[in-house]
Amino acid sequence: MRFRPLIWAAAAATILSAWGCGKGRTTDEIRVGEYSSLTGTTATFGHSTHNAVLMAYDEVNAAGGVLGRKIKVFVEDDQSKPEEAATAATKLINQNHVAALIGEVASSRSLAAAPICQANAIPMVSPSSTNPRVTQTGDYIFRVCFIDPFQGGVMAKFAADTLKVKKVAILVDVRNDYSIGLQTFFRENFKRLGGTIVSEQSYSEGDSDFHAQLTQIKSANPEAIYVPGYYTEVGTIARQARELGIPSTVPLMGGDGWDSPRLWEIGGEALNGCYFSNHYSTDNPSPVVQKFVKDYKDRYKQVPDALAALGYDAAKILADAMQRAGSTDGPKVRDALAATKDFQGVTGKITINSDRNAVKPAVVLKIENGKFVYSQTINPEDVKM
Amino acid sequence: MTTFLQQIVNGLSLGSIYALIALGYTMVYGVLRLINFAHGDVYMVGAYVGYYLSRRMQGREASFVSALLVMLGSMAACAILGLVIERLAYRPVRRASRLTLLITAIGVSLFIENGGQLVFGPDPKFFPSLAPHYDFLVAGVHLTSEQLTVIGVSFLLMILLRLFIMRTRTGKAMRAVSFNLDTARLMGISTDWIIAVTFALGSALAAAGGVLIGMQIPKIDPLMGIIYGLKAFVAAVLGGIGNVPGAVIGGLLIGTSEVMVVGYLSSTYRDAIAFGILILVLLLRPQGILGRVQKEKV
Repeated sequence: MRFRPLIWAAAAATILSAWGCGKGRTTDEIRVGEYSSLTGTTATFGHSTHNAVLMAYDEVNAAGGVLGRKIKVFVEDDQSKPEEAATAATKLINQNHVAALIGEVASSRSLAAAPICQANAIPMVSPSSTNPRVTQTGDYIFRVCFIDPFQGGVMAKFAADTLKVKKVAILVDVRNDYSIGLQTFFRENFKRLGGTIVSEQSYSEGDSDFHAQLTQIKSANPEAIYVPGYYTEVGTIARQARELGIPSTVPLMGGDGWDSPRLWEIGGEALNGCYFSNHYSTDNPSPVVQKFVKDYKDRYKQVPDALAALGYDAAKILADAMQRAGSTDGPKVRDALAATKDFQGVTGKITINSDRNAVKPAVVLKIENGKFVYSQTINPEDVKM
Repeated sequence: MTTFLQQIVNGLSLGSIYALIALGYTMVYGVLRLINFAHGDVYMVGAYVGYYLSRRMQGREASFVSALLVMLGSMAACAILGLVIERLAYRPVRRASRLTLLITAIGVSLFIENGGQLVFGPDPKFFPSLAPHYDFLVAGVHLTSEQLTVIGVSFLLMILLRLFIMRTRTGKAMRAVSFNLDTARLMGISTDWIIAVTFALGSALAAAGGVLIGMQIPKIDPLMGIIYGLKAFVAAVLGGIGNVPGAVIGGLLIGTSEVMVVGYLSSTYRDAIAFGILILVLLLRPQGILGRVQKEKV
């Protein structure tokens, strides 16, 4: 019994010294960190992104790697919570010593982790956070997707010009930067195009009872309802809306937060005839898209959603920037990322602009019996931001 | 006006769920003077048992019979869970101080919440449609069969509970134990048995609430018991803790005021209203609406 503390001390010393060695050694692999929502309310976002990142780097490694070195991905789960995203980023940078970070899907989580990357001079590429503030954090923060002003404008244009509706109600997630962003820019653009917002109601992520809000919306008689939220709540909202007697001729409309195979599982037939804006469509005949869809299906037995496509593009752009920089040093990779021009990704030709955002078109998809059917493409020049 | 009536219906159906859970808090408090913090989590387990049972039922036609089977199955499972919790966690410390019991209750609650995340997975699950869906339009108010079922079943259960407590020998014994545990024992009542029955009944009612919420909402997750449990607790305090009709009135009031606040003010006050009411009750009428002032015996 008296030896016990000694044994513990010895064990601790061994572990510490081993860790110390690991820290000092220069690794021959390139370490890329990814923080992702592998569990929680947006778990499919995290899994799609992570699957695609792994696939992208397996392809890069099979082709000889970057700068002659293999890329290794370190992933941390942030449980769909902003505070955990900050912890995950800190851990990846300080303990795993990654050269760059990929993450997150949700803007509120990217916003929580971005200041940490900026302070450590570690480049961060967000695959699909669309809130403008994400890249405004600093010059180390990039994204490969379009931003909310554009996405909100796309849906406003679609509602006014294609659906030809005049009265729209909005149901927004007030605790979500992404949702508020889309709401603001949708409202602005829709009013400019001659429409009126007849009712604005709110909920908080994680709520499950929307009867009160939907009753208010119903009494305002809208021709369409804009719900810029995430799939878990959107599916539930759709079901409760139809139950409360909001007819299926009043479509729900939303953004890329709807894009999940689980949306249909949750909402079911209540979602038929609803529309959402997205980054790409699997129906696109381009060989780049079709090859990606086929490879992903072969590997994961699943149709890749837009989050997978963007995760793949983010991973590839980061690898490309490291190759062009000739180094994995933070500042050099940052400069190379900023100089990205006409990179052929799955989600279109990607050019990073001076605000470190990608400029590219959006598609509008229609939900028909569980399938997301291509409806229209809307280009950046069609929308006034 | 129709919108207002519709909101009343929404409020009543949410409130009946709170009332069902509040009954369990109030009954246990009645016999043991214990706030059973694990009660909200029993409600969560009830919802999950209902979910897995209804998955088994799938393939069969959605009917009220299968919905009834699911509910009875889940109530039975949770009654057993309630018995197990009482036997393993509370009975060993029943003679200890009230604080020990309270901390034990919090421990059980954390155990079920985190165990639930392990067993059921942390992602939310969604109830399949159990019963056929009908709509009724009464004076412009849209009544769904789900809402009517929730309200109807809750009231039926509450009436049955009332009859049980007032008309049966066991019910009489329960009232005696709630009046004074030691005297009841001296009168030859098996208090252990009565306390066990109380836990089983309360847990079964919570399970019914869990299945009903699953039919209506239909999202369930392992941490859903926390906020529903807290609000039901507020409902029990509002009605007068230890008082059975009080718990029902408290539940309906909390549910209706929550829906009104979300509908007419802002959804961000959804949780604030219940706790605002709690503070007001504690300040103005600590014994609750129907509760009687109890003199502390020295």
